[in-house]
Amino acid sequence: MSASLLDLLLPALGQTIYMVVVSMLVATLIGVPLGVLLHTTGKGQILENAALNKSVGAVVNAIRSIPFIILMVAIIPLTRLLVGTAIGTTAAMVPLVIAAVPFIGRQVETSLKEVPYGLVEAAESMGATPLQIIWHVLLPESRASIVAQLTTVIISLVGESAMAGAIGGGGLGDLAIRYGYQRFRPDVMLATVVVLIVLVQLVQFAGNRLAKSLDKK
Amino acid sequence: MIQLSHIEKTYASPAGPVHALKGIDLTIDTGEIYGIIGLSGAGKSTLIRCINLLERPTAGQVLIDGQDMLALSEKELREARKDIGMIFQHFNLLSSATVYDNVAFPLRLAGRKEADIRAKVESLLELVGLANKAQQYPSQLSGGQKQRVGIARALASEPKILLCDEATSALDPQTTKAILELIRDINQKMHLTVVIITHEMGVIKEICNKVAVIANGVIAEQGSVLDVFMHPQQDITKEFVSVVLSNDLPAAFRQVEILPEPAPDTSLLLRLTFIGENADEPVIADTIKKFPELAISILFGDVNEIQNVPFGRLIIGISGEQARIDEALQYLGSRDLQKEVIGYVRQPA
Repeated sequence: MSASLLDLLLPALGQTIYMVVVSMLVATLIGVPLGVLLHTTGKGQILENAALNKSVGAVVNAIRSIPFIILMVAIIPLTRLLVGTAIGTTAAMVPLVIAAVPFIGRQVETSLKEVPYGLVEAAESMGATPLQIIWHVLLPESRASIVAQLTTVIISLVGESAMAGAIGGGGLGDLAIRYGYQRFRPDVMLATVVVLIVLVQLVQFAGNRLAKSLDKK
Repeated sequence: MIQLSHIEKTYASPAGPVHALKGIDLTIDTGEIYGIIGLSGAGKSTLIRCINLLERPTAGQVLIDGQDMLALSEKELREARKDIGMIFQHFNLLSSATVYDNVAFPLRLAGRKEADIRAKVESLLELVGLANKAQQYPSQLSGGQKQRVGIARALASEPKILLCDEATSALDPQTTKAILELIRDINQKMHLTVVIITHEMGVIKEICNKVAVIANGVIAEQGSVLDVFMHPQQDITKEFVSVVLSNDLPAAFRQVEILPEPAPDTSLLLRLTFIGENADEPVIADTIKKFPELAISILFGDVNEIQNVPFGRLIIGISGEQARIDEALQYLGSRDLQKEVIGYVRQPA
């Protein structure tokens, strides 16, 4: 591998990791509570509220049905409002977060649904508050499943961050398009693809290991 | 004391409203082990959940030590629930927490100090015989051990009442016996009121003082276990009792025709039941002495115990002159026992 190829790859890899890590952190902070809300306001659950559940669910479905490349362009005014610019790595994180939050919400909801209702009932019989049930029962009991689901979200974020290259977000996707495709550098294209594959494998491997260590069932 | 009055529960279902409980009245005294038995779908699980309001009755009143549970606010109800422990058929332990953390769970919910929690959890694990399993996870335990953790957890907040929802239904007979013994021990040591929901009459016979039979959302029969076992009134109760105390005739009599009235060359089949102290009286010997011309033979006999009260059952055959047989029947009726004429069989007894 020539020095120039490494000089191209390393900063791009750094930008991709930066975009994915920061947007994942922000999206998790919003998405996990969203998933808890979706689950606990559902029928027969501890905070049952049909109106809230249906309206939040509708918004989640609406965002999830927009293809990422369109979402990215459509929310440019919002991005500008939030980070002051619509171009660059930081600006690319706004659509990444907005796409990931409803995704995480649904994934977490699915994980929480796997917790047997008997556990919730047992906690209620001990006088637990809804918040205590969420914190001490629902989240710990589904933690292995949530980690597995979040791993999937990270991997889809890696893919979406590549698309973010289209609005000057930088990263591996941007590199592949500008050098590999537009400047006819198949070596760059190939190297980018290999790095992406390795990155996804590593994320999946780490996610599986963590989920397994958390699973005491 | 738990007082349930006129409890009704109706569920909405796609097929229309389901009337699960149709006016239940039940009083459970402090310190009792009260069994509620019914077939699945009889409404017993709904009923026990009406005590700690995991299910809110549609109508009726729930009083615990005089406190109207339905009048409590959410917050007051959560406090009141700390006085009511509950164990479940499928244990409902946190799979992500160790045995220690499971037992500590209600104490952490209550915001107790870790040092207090440690002392309490250790003594509870000692009580249920799992002191050496503190750091294991539920998946590493057997069913009986899981239920012991469930019991320790239910006792952590020092409740006055323990609700057992089919607590032994997922366990094998030997483990069931051990768990029931533990529950009885706790009932005696801590003067805890215990309510047990079950579909197994063996559980009632083993540890309950009182029993209510529930069928189709109403209480078909209730009373002391001994009374209900000895004098079941309703068909459903008779069926439950017959599971543990078979009333079937011995095999030899199942083949022969049993006549309701005496006929020539028949002998009378009589079932006698002796309860408690009079099980010791020599009633048969007395009868033989008094009616030496009658042939009396013992065809079947067993001795059982309910709530430490012994009772014996005999099936005897009497043959001879009909007038004397009737006199003997009268004489037996004057003795302190129950007799039931099964019928007459056309074979020498």
